[in-house]
Amino acid sequence: MSQTYQTTAPKKSIWRNITQSRYFVYLLISPLVFVLVAYVLYPMYKTFTNSVLDDSGSLSLMNYVSFFTTEANLESLYNSVLISILSVITCGIVGVTMAFLLNRYEFPGRRFLSVLALVPMALPPLIGAISFSFLYGNSGIFPRLFQHLFSLEDVPFALSGLTAVVIVHTFTMYPYFYLSASATFQGLDLSLEEAATSLGAGRFTIWRKVILPMLTPAMVASSLLVFMISMASYTAPLMFNVERTMTMQIVLSRTNGKLDMAATQSTILSIVSIAFLILMTWYQNRRNYQSQSKGVGVHRTEVRTPLVKYLFLLFSVIGVIILLLPILVIALISFSVDGEWTTQIIPTSYTLDHYIDLFTDAKTWGPIWNSIKMSTVAVIGNIIFGVAAAYAMVRFDFKGKLFMDILIMVPWALPGTVVAVNLISAFSEGNLFSFNQVLVGTFWIIPLAYFVRQLPLVFRNSQASLIQMDESIEEAAKSLGATWWYSFRRVVIPVIMPGILAGTLLAFVQGLTEFVASILIYTPSNVPLSVGIWNKMYSFEFGTASAYGMLQTVLIIIVLFINEKIKGDSGATPTM
Amino acid sequence: MKSVKLENITKKFANTTAIEDINVHIKNGEFFTFLGPSGCGKTTTLRVIAGFYLPSSGKVFFDHEEVTAMKPNKRNIGMVFQNYALFPHMTVFENIAFGLQVRKFSRKKIKEKVERAQEFVRLEGLENRKITELSGGQQQRVALARAIVIEPDILLLDEPLSNLDAKLREETRIEIKRLQVELGITTVYVTHDQDEAMAMSDRIMVMKDGQVQQIGTPQEIYNQPANYFVASFIGESNTFRATIQEVRDETVVVDIGEGVILEGLRKNHSPDVTFTEGESIQLSIRPEIIEIGKDENALEGTVILTEFSGVSMKYIVKVGDYELHVMTINTGSNILNRGDSITLSIPKNGIYFMNEMG
Repeated sequence: MSQTYQTTAPKKSIWRNITQSRYFVYLLISPLVFVLVAYVLYPMYKTFTNSVLDDSGSLSLMNYVSFFTTEANLESLYNSVLISILSVITCGIVGVTMAFLLNRYEFPGRRFLSVLALVPMALPPLIGAISFSFLYGNSGIFPRLFQHLFSLEDVPFALSGLTAVVIVHTFTMYPYFYLSASATFQGLDLSLEEAATSLGAGRFTIWRKVILPMLTPAMVASSLLVFMISMASYTAPLMFNVERTMTMQIVLSRTNGKLDMAATQSTILSIVSIAFLILMTWYQNRRNYQSQSKGVGVHRTEVRTPLVKYLFLLFSVIGVIILLLPILVIALISFSVDGEWTTQIIPTSYTLDHYIDLFTDAKTWGPIWNSIKMSTVAVIGNIIFGVAAAYAMVRFDFKGKLFMDILIMVPWALPGTVVAVNLISAFSEGNLFSFNQVLVGTFWIIPLAYFVRQLPLVFRNSQASLIQMDESIEEAAKSLGATWWYSFRRVVIPVIMPGILAGTLLAFVQGLTEFVASILIYTPSNVPLSVGIWNKMYSFEFGTASAYGMLQTVLIIIVLFINEKIKGDSGATPTM
Repeated sequence: MKSVKLENITKKFANTTAIEDINVHIKNGEFFTFLGPSGCGKTTTLRVIAGFYLPSSGKVFFDHEEVTAMKPNKRNIGMVFQNYALFPHMTVFENIAFGLQVRKFSRKKIKEKVERAQEFVRLEGLENRKITELSGGQQQRVALARAIVIEPDILLLDEPLSNLDAKLREETRIEIKRLQVELGITTVYVTHDQDEAMAMSDRIMVMKDGQVQQIGTPQEIYNQPANYFVASFIGESNTFRATIQEVRDETVVVDIGEGVILEGLRKNHSPDVTFTEGESIQLSIRPEIIEIGKDENALEGTVILTEFSGVSMKYIVKVGDYELHVMTINTGSNILNRGDSITLSIPKNGIYFMNEMG
């Protein structure tokens, strides 16, 4: 007895010293710090050093000098900023108008339209761009239709260049404005306006003094977001051949073997993105508009005048058509025989073969299976580190917490192109973080890219659930004798499961639809689904490409639907 | 069942001291209450006993074993949280069974014990309900069942009634007391509600600003408050500042100004009082001790407010510049109205002397 006592006592006290030390938390978060440093910070650092070192390895700003003196680069930067500003303006106008009409007026088709308003979120970016090219591009359905109708020599109009990019952006990104403005309109207490009216204010004054100030926070946040996403956009410029944008230039530099220039361009784009991330974080922390009233009744003005009623009806019909056309056209083309659609308005011969091939033809199934594998690997990593990071951030207090918060969100702000360039810079040769393996050119580089890009998604959703979970629930488990691990397994995980699930599902489908980073780092033996779509488009196999696209779209819709259910059941809010 | 001893417990957070130098010995099987206004440190003290806080200094003993640094899950305590902290993803049965599963009881044994606990808190037949399908009172009883089913050495209750409505609160209060008496379990109860504390406790510790004001039975605390704070916090009280005129053998004569002279028994004073003629002192007179009619310490006044509650009548009487609260049992006699004159008398035994508040 006494002997065992003597041998265990010191050990026990050492363990106790460790666990009760206030530095213990740093031990707990060290794996997270390792992951963030190894796969976020270090790759960024490598890209940066590539941009400031010349061939001989000495410090030089040559690349930056050449960036700011080359016309192509300057024009690209100018175009990217211009596209982003225009996208913010058009998305803002469309999104806020839609939110206003759908939340404040009752008119025929309102319900249907408000469901469809979110359709663009279900379209993978690549598919969105492709559908616009099918519909309004140079050889698209509508230009051809008018050409045939009026027997013209050439198509009378076609979407191209910067305009095309901005229009595609408007379609795919207006939901950010729509959602935040809708939330504001729904939260806007009508009694505020009534109060203003009772104090003698007219409609115009109410808008200027009451509604607009309440909308401002949502508008600012959405503008920052849309600007950031537009800067990172790659598929729309690619689809409409706008070579002079930042992302296109990075890919071009990389394809032409000018890695140091790619690194320079990436660094400049990273600086812009991270600046926006910090700006958004700062703005979100300082805004504190809150409706004071508890139950807010939704009140919609019914449209009565016949003329206005027809105007609204027209608006509904046009809205529904515009929103549905992209999906419908992809669905239509997915049944068309490959290579048969040339100059006709719409394809002439149809088949079910593409859908059968998806699951039976080994060559067609290949990219699907690759994407499933790579996305699964990435998601497993996301769950482990995303949940652990969320738990550490919510439950523990430590130095550098804010820095870690921003570091986790950085991959979310970085363009996929930049993430890919960063990983290429870091893992073209073996190092400590890749266990001395060269990762570029192997299976592992894409799952790693997905892991990095989607970590914020799982992190944010788990964090939101954890914040909602009462801390005393964990204490209750401990008071009943449960160890930390037992209560984490049996109580914490099940309680925050909806949040983890929502984040994980979103991360999984984003992996299945990821294109921008994949296109830079895939290997021929390991083609992911979106790259498969792109390759099929390139070889004019529109049918197969569209069938792939439908598969992605259906998967996204299923996930969004499940998440909506989860949200309804648990009150947890999945965040994109 | 175990006793709890706190020895010089101090807990500091960052730069504030939440509790300072708490010394208390809670006896085996006792119903002991920490009472005080919010922010007085009562919950902090409870959490030190539970093991959620490591005290900055001082020691915690369960019986003779020191448990100061022992993890909460090793202490064999049962705790009921203010918001119940039920596991939202589990049924009633699973919630109650949780602690037994941790202790690795057999399935059969768990079922048996959970059933008995359910019976004990009157939750029969609800075992498969989800937590969200229960009323507030039922949730509260699940929390209680979950805490007692593990047969804890000490039961800790953190404002368990504060989320219930008034009627349910009274019912549950009786329920908890019955349970505690039947199980004979050492219970530490935290509340800011003095009625609750008075009705349920064997002993009460009154706290303010992290410091112990008084430890005693409900009667001691009510009848012999240790200081001005305790007198004004517990129950209703008329307090006056007075000057000591004369110290006699059995009594003390004081002047409360405006020519009102009162005489009280010398033995009724808080421990910190020494009677010196000419010094000022604080008096406390409970409303129910004041009598209507001419007797000892008679005072003439005018009724300015009457409140009839059925069982009792409450008058606010203006005597000189003072407003006295007076309470009498309703015996069916006439009720006085505003403006009526009234003669009050304060029995010598009803005056309690305290030092002025520090």
